[in-house]
Amino acid sequence: MARLIRTEKEIEGRYEEVWLVVEEDALEQWPAGPREIVGRPAQRLTGPMRARGEARYTADLRLPGMLHAAVLRSPHAHARVKEISLEKARAARGVRAAIGPGDAHVLTAEPGFQGQAVAAVAADTIDLARAALELIEVEWDVQKPLLDPDEAVRRGQLVGQASRYERGDVDRAVAEADVVVEAEYRTQTVLHNSFETHQSICEWRGDSLDVYISTQSIWGVRDEVAGRLGLAPDKVRVVCEFMGGGFGSKNGANDHTFIAAELARRTARPVRCALTRREENLAAGNRNSTIQRLTAAAKSDGTLLALAGEFVNATGWDGWASSTDGPMQMLYDCENVRTVLYPARLNTPPMKAFRAPGFVEGTFGLECLLDELAAKLDIDSLELRRLNYAASTDDRPYSSKNLMECYRRAEQHWQRRDEVRQRSEGPWKRGIGLASQIWYGGGGPPSYAWVRLGSDGRATVITAMQDIGTGTATAMAQIAAEELGLPLERIDFALGDSARGPYSVTSAGSSTVPSMGPAVRSAAADAARQVIEIAAQRYEKEERVLSLAGGNVVSSDGGSWPIEEVVGLLEDAQLLGQGGRGPNPTGMQVLTFGVQVAEVAVDVETGEIRVERVAAIHDVGRVINPLGASSQVEGGIIQGIGHTLSEDRLLDPASGITLNPTFDMYKLPTIADVPEIVTDLLDIPDEHLTNLGSKGLGEPPIVPTAAAIANAIRDATGADVRSLPISREEMLRALKEARERQKEGRAAPAAV
Amino acid sequence: MAPRLKVNGQGYELDLPVGRTLAETLRDELGLTGTKIACAEGHCGACTVLLDGVPVYSCITLAHMVGDREVTTIEGLREHPLVDAFVRADALQCGFCTPGQIVSASALVESNPEPSSDEIRHAMAGNLCRCGTYPKIEEAISAWQG
Repeated sequence: MARLIRTEKEIEGRYEEVWLVVEEDALEQWPAGPREIVGRPAQRLTGPMRARGEARYTADLRLPGMLHAAVLRSPHAHARVKEISLEKARAARGVRAAIGPGDAHVLTAEPGFQGQAVAAVAADTIDLARAALELIEVEWDVQKPLLDPDEAVRRGQLVGQASRYERGDVDRAVAEADVVVEAEYRTQTVLHNSFETHQSICEWRGDSLDVYISTQSIWGVRDEVAGRLGLAPDKVRVVCEFMGGGFGSKNGANDHTFIAAELARRTARPVRCALTRREENLAAGNRNSTIQRLTAAAKSDGTLLALAGEFVNATGWDGWASSTDGPMQMLYDCENVRTVLYPARLNTPPMKAFRAPGFVEGTFGLECLLDELAAKLDIDSLELRRLNYAASTDDRPYSSKNLMECYRRAEQHWQRRDEVRQRSEGPWKRGIGLASQIWYGGGGPPSYAWVRLGSDGRATVITAMQDIGTGTATAMAQIAAEELGLPLERIDFALGDSARGPYSVTSAGSSTVPSMGPAVRSAAADAARQVIEIAAQRYEKEERVLSLAGGNVVSSDGGSWPIEEVVGLLEDAQLLGQGGRGPNPTGMQVLTFGVQVAEVAVDVETGEIRVERVAAIHDVGRVINPLGASSQVEGGIIQGIGHTLSEDRLLDPASGITLNPTFDMYKLPTIADVPEIVTDLLDIPDEHLTNLGSKGLGEPPIVPTAAAIANAIRDATGADVRSLPISREEMLRALKEARERQKEGRAAPAAV
Repeated sequence: MAPRLKVNGQGYELDLPVGRTLAETLRDELGLTGTKIACAEGHCGACTVLLDGVPVYSCITLAHMVGDREVTTIEGLREHPLVDAFVRADALQCGFCTPGQIVSASALVESNPEPSSDEIRHAMAGNLCRCGTYPKIEEAISAWQG
């Protein structure tokens, strides 16, 4: 039965109080451990289609009569359009429409960052559209950009409000502490660089709009487009079957969708608007840079007395304040904590969520600070974290927390410390470091699924969900197969179309599996119940003696019938099971935890850094597909390595122009940069969370990687690396600083 | 100008403007959309195809410069054991770079059927993957013969 509840809803660390209609979650959790199908490795369902080049991405769609849009984007970080003329562009060969500032709300005459959309044309081919852009005449009034986050804070130029948090009395605790460490950490701007760029095709059909879009949020796009264009939500159909990566950047409709919709309206033709790689790296979002001024105070026995932080997020022209302050508030048992977070509004491209936004950056600062504190206290890094283990950081208990078990499993990796250091040779110094992880990932209602069971004994899971490459659809199929007692190869999956399936949660905040999984199980159980009802009548058995297993209806008092014999009675018709996601446990914090241990080698002459091994231990509840899960962990760590060592969006400090919007200049990790990765997932179901006990895994693995690597570098060299990326230049600077400090005799480096 | 192209064993006569890339031609003229374009500047490898068995970035190869060379795309390699090896190893996530990865890997195993880890890393360094499937790609190529 549907229930109406008032509850807190969390996405990417942002909470809001909402009314929610939720389904009862009547199913008992399965016992812990691998089942027939759930908890065992499964190849992804769409693997063959993707590998064979058959999967049709938004980028591959070509509708009859389709036009191509090109967008004039501001070449200046801060400017005003004094005059603009679209006439020559409109008259150019193949051009069907041209629009300028005000013609769509995303086109502006006062761009606040380089890359903001100003005008657009639709033409018969993309080449003709781009050529026509050259004919748009603009007279610019170029203004001085504001690029310094600290200056923006001084001027009070923020995106929204500063947020302040305090518990206890930090000043008193610092005054009473035996040891205090203070340090400033910086993280850089990182670009998502999804391989399929942001793109949409919009087609009007009567008063309805079809939007084919590369998105993480089919329903979010539907609501945003309908709201902005004044349409009833069901007049907007959003389709995304295969999706080429998002990592947080594709949660909205974005400028390209509204440009395509307006040009499609004016031309009565389908219009495709696809960003180029260079546009992608200006206008599609980023992980914003941060400045973190942190303090930790402790007793000589290692008890944390106070944590304090001033965080400046270089949010950009627009966006929101990702929770850089979150880990400091949530990770440790510490009575006195004070944070202030400033989202600086700058003439730079707006941030968008990027895989654990805020927590990646904040964990780098906090977990490096903890290691600096451990060194000063002369306490083992792992021990310091255990000493300050949090039972809870507010009045709410955790639905489950097995971080201590993660630490226990980390010991075998941490104990390699002496051996790793001893392998230092010549200029190559080796060391080991660790860092903890905390993040959300509980998901929540609403989310719905249908399971259609046909007379051939095959089941189709139907839901208007998106699979952004994480393998979620495969996990859903495993859940349905388990509940229906069918082999996995008899499960199909239909997703990606708001007109052809029920509502699904957005694929952000590690929420798809924990939100959709219980709904799919519930829908499969509904279908299974119907099969058993029919079988009981057909074979004159009591329902309670019947169950589904191995593709059969099985009676506990003997007898077994293939499931298709039962559903075959339906002939061409099908059974439809329905299911919804139940509520989250009331009054509990639902979080994910983990720890990573990194081993590095640093060439102290050249500053070259190699990550040689990362062990990742995470507590994300029940694991549905260990194979896909290990891929998520590896992907998170590899993105984390890029974030730590090589990726850096560079701006010209005078003009605010992005200097490296292409893959040759913006350095993604390659296959040659990958270390040995050891994945260890606890696989302990969260007994309070849903009929599955599963949490999300997309984001946790990237959270602690940067801090673990930086701590390993400190262990190897004694140098304090506090600024990402740790380029060779930064490494050599930190080594020089460490040598000078050693000469002055203020503190001996840990190694060398 | 009307270049002739031989793609996956089929001959095509095409009427293309000068400057049209091979990647655009494959995708838009021949409907072979397995070849992906992710950067269009020859940096990432998503558009990799073979010309007489040699991997090239088709996004920076002009259709008119292909000449007599035989073009092989992912559509011509669908029955290659590497496809199944990639699926078995879970060597793909979003899958957008995957066809290019498999095309590159096919050239590697053709010339070196049992490549070492270092050889795989050298040969595959021109194919980027943002999802970070690299460990599984290495595993898939190591185990491509089943």
